Amino acid sequence: MNWLPPDGALRGIALDHLLGWNLSIVFWLFVAAQALLVVALVRRWIRSGGAASGDVGDHARGRYFFFHVLPLLAFVGLYVWMLVTSHSLWAARREMGAPARALQVEVTGVQFQWYFRYPGRDGVYGATKPNLVSAPTGNPLGLDASDPHAGDDVVSSVMMLPAGQPVEITLRTQDVIHGFFVPGMRLKQDAIPGMTGHLEFTPETPGDYVILCSQVCGLGHYRMQARMRVVSEAQFDAWLVARESAR
Amino acid sequence: MTRRIFTTEPKALARLYLWLGLVAVITGTVLSLLMRIHRTWPELAMPLHGVIKPEDYLALVTMHGTLMVFFVLTVVPQSAFPNLVLPAQIGAEGMALPRLNAAAFWVTAASLLVLLAAFFVPEGAPIAGWTSYPPLSALAAAGPGQATGMDLWLVAITVFCVAAVLGSASILATILTRRAPGLTFRRLPLTVWSWLVSSGLTVIAFSALFLAATMLLSDRHLGTSFFLPAGLVLNGIPQAAGSGSPMLWLHLFWFFGHPEVYIVVLPGMGLASSVLANFTRRPVPGYTLMVVSTLLIGVLGLCVWGHHIFVSGMNPYAGTAFGLTTMAIAIPSSAEVLTWLAMMFRGRLQINTPLLFVLGFVSFFIAGGLTGPILAQPALDAYLHNTFFVVGHFHLVMSMAGVFSIFAGIYYWYPLLTGRRMNEVLGQIHFWVSLIAAYGTFYPMYLSGLAGEPRHYAQLAGPVESFAKLIPVERGITWSAFLLAAVQLVFLFNVFWSARAKVAESGANPWRATTLEWSGEEHPMISVGPYNYGPAAGPTGDFRPQWETEKPF
Repeated sequence: MNWLPPDGALRGIALDHLLGWNLSIVFWLFVAAQALLVVALVRRWIRSGGAASGDVGDHARGRYFFFHVLPLLAFVGLYVWMLVTSHSLWAARREMGAPARALQVEVTGVQFQWYFRYPGRDGVYGATKPNLVSAPTGNPLGLDASDPHAGDDVVSSVMMLPAGQPVEITLRTQDVIHGFFVPGMRLKQDAIPGMTGHLEFTPETPGDYVILCSQVCGLGHYRMQARMRVVSEAQFDAWLVARESAR
Repeated sequence: MTRRIFTTEPKALARLYLWLGLVAVITGTVLSLLMRIHRTWPELAMPLHGVIKPEDYLALVTMHGTLMVFFVLTVVPQSAFPNLVLPAQIGAEGMALPRLNAAAFWVTAASLLVLLAAFFVPEGAPIAGWTSYPPLSALAAAGPGQATGMDLWLVAITVFCVAAVLGSASILATILTRRAPGLTFRRLPLTVWSWLVSSGLTVIAFSALFLAATMLLSDRHLGTSFFLPAGLVLNGIPQAAGSGSPMLWLHLFWFFGHPEVYIVVLPGMGLASSVLANFTRRPVPGYTLMVVSTLLIGVLGLCVWGHHIFVSGMNPYAGTAFGLTTMAIAIPSSAEVLTWLAMMFRGRLQINTPLLFVLGFVSFFIAGGLTGPILAQPALDAYLHNTFFVVGHFHLVMSMAGVFSIFAGIYYWYPLLTGRRMNEVLGQIHFWVSLIAAYGTFYPMYLSGLAGEPRHYAQLAGPVESFAKLIPVERGITWSAFLLAAVQLVFLFNVFWSARAKVAESGANPWRATTLEWSGEEHPMISVGPYNYGPAAGPTGDFRPQWETEKPF
């Protein structure tokens, strides 16, 4: 399990735990099945020329039950366990909305860059317009300055977050499909053109986490990376105020 | 000469399909080796090309996937093998709809030429991956290769869909109408059941892909917007307003894409059962269960496509539903695997190359299949989706299992083509080295996937320090891939050398098998099932072929 990057999210441990169980069960089943194949071959080599063994005879029906039906029932049980355990996790992460007090952050994918927008004091994202998009002039999201809600919006290329507070991400893309992937937060969701995605999570451990693109999006796909920086609440507030006054 | 080329004779068509598959598999393998070289030595200049650029890498990925999935893993088990053995196996004179069946080959060949042409147009081959998600695949300005290259890819796929449906229609008609007298459905070999189901899936799935590819071509050139929403901005330039959604492509594509993996492996599953019965000299236990499993895999295979898009904007409740159907399809698959494992311990195992490759098929089917139920859980897939964990999963369960079943089929049915068996020593060398090298290539991908390495990354560069520990893994994969590719030369040598080798002809039924493709002649009314092996099976020896008349007593 130490292959996974360190977990920084509140519910990441539950996922790691479940994934760990799944992987070990599946790994040992894999070993057992391969061992059976090897044993069958070795058995034959040792007894080469020997008499036929293990015939289908009178007890064929009993053998069939023990070697087919019972293991198959065990597998069905395993699959049901997998479904039930993982569904509770999925339901908690995806089927419930974010709490009302969640910090709002909008994530926008653009070939080959992630942008992060905070709605500012008014709590409302300003309007954006496609024809206003202009990265060279400092307006990569096409913020419409005539919208009163736009004035206090903060746009960043680093995703700053306070530790311990729930976050609701509004996920968008300007051009093609991008995959918002934060391995350290066990978080992944595609940004689909024409749709707005929603993700909810709680960063717990302060530190830097890498943000990747997980859906091939063009020649720069591999370098479409950004940083998530989880800091204390005080540090986050100071950063946000500084960014707002810098506008 | 024209008659020789434009033949409707199934065996001749099988040869043509095998040649086509060979061209595709060699090209696809070279492309994958170039990918491995780039990932391991990014600065290395290639002869005639120079350094591989990131867009070149994506073009290699796209063309590798397309060639392998369509022109190798679909064409060989689903077109070459049925033409080679299906008519004989059901006692038919030839395929039903013979001209349609022959046309399918030429349409497939045309499709391959169009696809390969993408390498030679300005900007080269497309970079959107074999799934070609729009808008990347819909907008020519979205990247190099997305103009003419992407058009050629779409035309090739559209044409391939036509060929696949034509060929499958012929297979379906053959199985349904051309069976020998007395060959009831309960007496069909499991390979025939597999082709029945995989051909049904082909007709349904490739129709969906045909539709999707046509719609995408129309979005690109006729101004429609099936897959393009309003408000797109590409490179800072607002795009024409549309009213569609890429989600439509995702659903249509995977409605094709998931049945496609069963189209690839079902023939191998049928062959595994037949070969195991043949070389353990025992019948297939639970024949009815195997048939029902095959049918269930076919039906459920049409209901699981959503597990490819758990985290792609699909409703989370739909994710739960698709998780359930995907778990359900694991049950008939497990039933088949348990049957194969149990078969290994019955009777007297005869170890030879076809059997070993079937064991390899079973081994990979387990190695890749077992991670299926993990990926079927939306919560876990949300971490593993589009990482190398998935790449490892499908390369084991579809590609390696598929390729090993192709090898098993070639070693097993080779006497039908040449009247000789392939060399056994070379065959076993080919098997053992391939097995080890394939595990060395694809099993470590599970680990890099767990570490979070995404697919389609030309390099592991940037702020991703956590991937530094993967560099040795990457290098190991590359060397393993080289070994895997190199040992296929032994196979190629064996194929061509054994045909001319000065060895005794193998006779009509070299494996002492029971199914009709080995009868070698006209046969009377069929009165028995396909797997009559065992000490009490026949009056002479331990088997009773389907073509033998009533027991002489």
